[in-house]
Amino acid sequence: MRKGTRLAVMLAAIPFLTLVFALPFVNRLKPMILGLPFLLFWILAWVALTPAILYLAYRLEKKYNPPKDESGR
Amino acid sequence: MNPALIIIFGTILFSALLGVYAGRRVPMNLENWTVGGRRFGVLLIWLLMAGEIYTTFTFLGASGWAYSKGAPAFYILIYGTLAYTLSFFILPALWRVGKKHGLHTQPDYFIHRYGSRALGVFVALIGVVSIIPYLELQLAGLGFIVNVASRGAISASLAILISFVLTCAFVLTSGIKGAAWVAVVKDVLMLLAVGVVGIGVPLIYFGGFGKMFRALNLKFPGHLIFPGATGHMDVVWVMSTCLLTGLGFYMWPHMFGAAFSAKSAETIKRNAIIMPFYQIPTLLVFLVGFTALLVIPGLSNPDTSFLALVNKTYPSWFVGFVGAAGAVTAMVPSAVLVLFAATLLAKNVYQTGFNPKAGERRVLGLSRILVLVIMVAALLLTMFFPNELVYLLIFGYDGVSQLFPGVVLGLFWKRVTGKAVGVGLVAGVATVVGLIVTRHDPFFGLNAGFVGLAVNGLLAVGLSLATSRNAAVSPAGPAHSLKGGRP
Repeated sequence: MRKGTRLAVMLAAIPFLTLVFALPFVNRLKPMILGLPFLLFWILAWVALTPAILYLAYRLEKKYNPPKDESGR
Repeated sequence: MNPALIIIFGTILFSALLGVYAGRRVPMNLENWTVGGRRFGVLLIWLLMAGEIYTTFTFLGASGWAYSKGAPAFYILIYGTLAYTLSFFILPALWRVGKKHGLHTQPDYFIHRYGSRALGVFVALIGVVSIIPYLELQLAGLGFIVNVASRGAISASLAILISFVLTCAFVLTSGIKGAAWVAVVKDVLMLLAVGVVGIGVPLIYFGGFGKMFRALNLKFPGHLIFPGATGHMDVVWVMSTCLLTGLGFYMWPHMFGAAFSAKSAETIKRNAIIMPFYQIPTLLVFLVGFTALLVIPGLSNPDTSFLALVNKTYPSWFVGFVGAAGAVTAMVPSAVLVLFAATLLAKNVYQTGFNPKAGERRVLGLSRILVLVIMVAALLLTMFFPNELVYLLIFGYDGVSQLFPGVVLGLFWKRVTGKAVGVGLVAGVATVVGLIVTRHDPFFGLNAGFVGLAVNGLLAVGLSLATSRNAAVSPAGPAHSLKGGRP
């Protein structure tokens, strides 16, 4: 696996860790943040951060994976 | 004639005409019909995919779940985000294979990758069987929305019939491009409707969503954490359901096919990055469902909570506007679903399975006839077997999710074999059907589809390892080489 791909996969693991495997630890009402129950706040925060995470993965792929062929780019 | 009726029918008609117009001067062949000539840029792909994903379920089911079940509804926010994250890796790779080998459908991919026509036919059938309840769900939702929004002036059957004719019109003339253009109208209307109502109702009744949540927690303690108002939808169920539906998301034949219509692998990758933003409307729908629980508790059908609250709160012209948005929101996914179901049957069941010599014109002609046949079938199912909305969706997911190992292993693992994928697929589907029929869903807290997928994936990997090792030892040597070949 090329370095850019490896870094991208590691970044992409973050939404899975926070939005699936962390759920048993965040299944709580309090503290309420910005008026939202904590569980909902946690989920929304990571949903909103996912585009940033994917954008970073995209930049790292670009940086470390020099394009081999331009077909489909 | 009241203003709501004019708004609803005006919008439906305008959308359908736009869809028909989209197809002018497009010579109709299979390439244009199914994948829009592979010419869609980031914006159109985003709108098309959002059009397919945010369906009547977003209006009805999501608010219904927030209303009747509480926190388990949050799974909808999660699984989409997981799917987009996966799609960042899967869809560009898939697009390249599709472009290189001129693939149009999901079974095309299986046939190409594993060199097995039987597998292709089986995959096509799983797709069609999963699509029909999904389509039925859209039609039922549409009839219901228009009926309520017109305050009973239009019967559900009449609404379904009219939009069914109009949807068929733009599918038949413009193929996937028609759906993409109508998706533009749909998105603008739906965002407006959900934005106004989602921000509006908590403000009107409670002075803000923070106060609404506090009031909800006082009146219904436990509603806002798992398992909410349900007994069985606890954290483990949510986790397994999110994983299952997140993996299954792009395995829907229409989602899979939409990826092929992008103009480049880069387009589809950028699309994956911006998709999660489209989860925000779902949050607003939840706010409506929660507010409805406090304002109008005790509804016999929770799926009515969104519209019932809109009806109670807003003037009739605005209710008509929400109805119009809801109707178009059903038409776009209906169009794409019926298009892909028909193409799967014509291309991958009829042509692949029975008549490999059939020419392209014949396959396209048959696809068009089948669009009508499938729509009528869904129409009859909707009228005679109505069911609670979200369960149908989850059953469909259980089926299509079983295609995940075949697609992903095929893209990224050289050693996977068609036989192993086929055995895994049959075992996975059998597990799901077995668990549901014997009423073991959830199975020890896990979603039945997830159990099937685990069985399926283990078999696909295990058998591939076992058979390709044996083959490598055998003196015959190249016997293990892939029939279909990797791109």
